[in-house]
Amino acid sequence: MAGVQVANVSRSFGAHRALDDVSIDFADGGFYALLGPSGSGKTTLLRQIAGFDFPDAGSIAIGGESVERVPVEKRRIGMVFQNYALFPNMSVADNVAFGLSVRGEPKATIAMEVQRALDLVQLGKLGGRRPHQLSGGQRQRVALARAIVTKPRVLLLDEPLGALDKALRVDMQIELKRIQREIGITTIFVTHDQEEALTMSDRIGILRDGRLVQEGSPEEIYDRPQSEFAATFLGDANIFRGDATGSGIKLPDGTTIAASTGASVPAGAKASCAVRPERIRISPGAAKPDQATANTLTGQISKRIFAGNNSTYFVDRDGQTLKVIVQNTGAERLAEGQPVVLNWSPDSTVLIAAELGEPRGQISGMLSRKITCSRGW
Amino acid sequence: MADQLAIGSRRGLKPALPLLLPAYLWLTVAIFLPLSAMVFFSFMTDLPLAGKEWSFTLGNYAAFFSQSLYSTLLLSSLRLGLEVTLWCVVIGYPAAYVLAKVLKGRSREAIFLLVILPFWSNGLVRIFSWAMVLREGGILDTALNAVLPFKINIDLMYSYPAVIIGLVHSYVPYMVLTCYLTLQAIDDSLIEAGRSLGASRRQVLWRVIIPLSMPGLIAGAALIFVPVVGSFMEPRILGGRTGTFYGTVIEDQFVAVFNWPLGAALSFILLAVVLIILALAAPVLRRAA
Ligand SMILES: Nc1ncnc2c1ncn2[C@@H]1O[C@H](COP(=O)(O)OP(=O)(O)OP(=O)(O)O)[C@@H](O)[C@H]1O
Ligand SMILES: [Mg+2]
Repeated sequence: MAGVQVANVSRSFGAHRALDDVSIDFADGGFYALLGPSGSGKTTLLRQIAGFDFPDAGSIAIGGESVERVPVEKRRIGMVFQNYALFPNMSVADNVAFGLSVRGEPKATIAMEVQRALDLVQLGKLGGRRPHQLSGGQRQRVALARAIVTKPRVLLLDEPLGALDKALRVDMQIELKRIQREIGITTIFVTHDQEEALTMSDRIGILRDGRLVQEGSPEEIYDRPQSEFAATFLGDANIFRGDATGSGIKLPDGTTIAASTGASVPAGAKASCAVRPERIRISPGAAKPDQATANTLTGQISKRIFAGNNSTYFVDRDGQTLKVIVQNTGAERLAEGQPVVLNWSPDSTVLIAAELGEPRGQISGMLSRKITCSRGW
Repeated sequence: MADQLAIGSRRGLKPALPLLLPAYLWLTVAIFLPLSAMVFFSFMTDLPLAGKEWSFTLGNYAAFFSQSLYSTLLLSSLRLGLEVTLWCVVIGYPAAYVLAKVLKGRSREAIFLLVILPFWSNGLVRIFSWAMVLREGGILDTALNAVLPFKINIDLMYSYPAVIIGLVHSYVPYMVLTCYLTLQAIDDSLIEAGRSLGASRRQVLWRVIIPLSMPGLIAGAALIFVPVVGSFMEPRILGGRTGTFYGTVIEDQFVAVFNWPLGAALSFILLAVVLIILALAAPVLRRAA
């Protein structure tokens, strides 16, 4: 087992920079999710680590050793492909045995190891089947068994759950996590799915246009996103844009928003604030209360979506639509068209320095997230 | 494959009949009728032309077994078929691999065109151009002597190698095409999966790529072996006196000796032998594929 160090890796295809100076340290034994919209370079990064493709610049080390001159088959990695890539001409057991048999292990050892790996993924009885006789979830587990039976140092997974339906996906997430814990292997997991990234991984790296946007634990990224993109790509966020005041921002209409987390931005510079929809309290009322605390806004509910355990309110305010999520505690529900007061604490507000080249229009967080997601599918 | 066939048969043949009909009608008229006439001829003592007397006989078939010449020639034709097929695999498979897995875009199209060009040229023209290349004082001879500092004599014309060269040239496109189709259908991620599991390029070739492209190899081999065993044009023109094979003997019966009954009988014996070989090979090949 070993960690993976990616240092200043760049890779271009023609004029297109698929990876742009990416540096990530994948800790030994960790479960790492690479998250990003389609075309952001996730697969490209994985292929550099696997050795199917080579960086134009930068270096990659596995277990502290540079792998620049090490061909794929000597890197001792396990890879699960998005389409599983099972050998259709071999039985399930032969698929799993492949890695051991090319190494020339004795037959008895192979049989034992294969059975153990199949038992681990709970497919002990299906060794004699052909891949086309398996369900999607079973194929995925065979691919996993095949990848781990050789005891690789690093496990690379490229959207392995992408083709599964929701229920199976959740089952597989739990199982994958269990297996990963059991064998304690360094795992790099590529996904489109922010929820998957949040629930499964110890650390998350967000890629965008070939650049690493942010890297950290799920809590760090969710609670303290460093860019509007990170805020809206991982979870929902309401974004306010204005001029920094030192302790928050001032919106164009004069409203101030206080923030006590996030970056420190010099007063006067352009900046944004991000607020998670579940951190906002919503109450009926047309005007701000007299002793208005910080971060109080008024608006009107334009839409309500009831989702059982919670309700989402879309509140129109000064040309911007804010999203508020309220847990279903049995309290009175608010109606569409009703005027409301919104309020949240400065602790729940993250200050973000304006990114260069970021559009300055009043796009709400949800909207830009929707755009990135639709590109993803 | 097997389960696709099962699905097809479960749905029944009936809806497929209108689709099959034109092909079967054509096959009946163009192949079955003349072929049955030939079967008929093969049992006759003489052609019923110009009012000659004739009767039914098994003598034409007996001739094959009574004269060792015919079976000797058949054996050398089978050997020719085997050798040509092997050369087509050796030359065609790597070419198909490069076309399917290495080249992309325009260069692939260009090379593809070069490979199937022999298909589009007239067979006779093709053979005679080989004759010009291979004979003494021909293109190959002259070119080599122009380059090499010492004098060598290249006269491949009217030899067994010349026959092989001509036949391989004519038939290698079949191998390239059938192998190209199966190789192209192999997902690149299978190759990468093999490598990631610790297999070298060579191991991936033997354990993944070749087994998966076996159907193409077999189809190509069958398409080449069968006509080569009965071939007569290349052996006659490029082989000269050494070019006497089973196919040329059959041709002689039809165009030179006018012993159609014997020619027909020899053809059907060849057909039977080829079918027996394919039937014997089928289980082995099916296991390999
Ligand atoms: N072999 C290649 N030749 C040319 N361009 C490539 C190649 N591989 C990737 N790219 C480009 O590099 C960029 C990143 O591709 P990559 O496959 O890494 O994206 P991704 O993040 O995995 O996306 P997805 O989520 O859709 O799988 C894309 O714009 C893609 O078009
Ligand atoms: Mg990808």
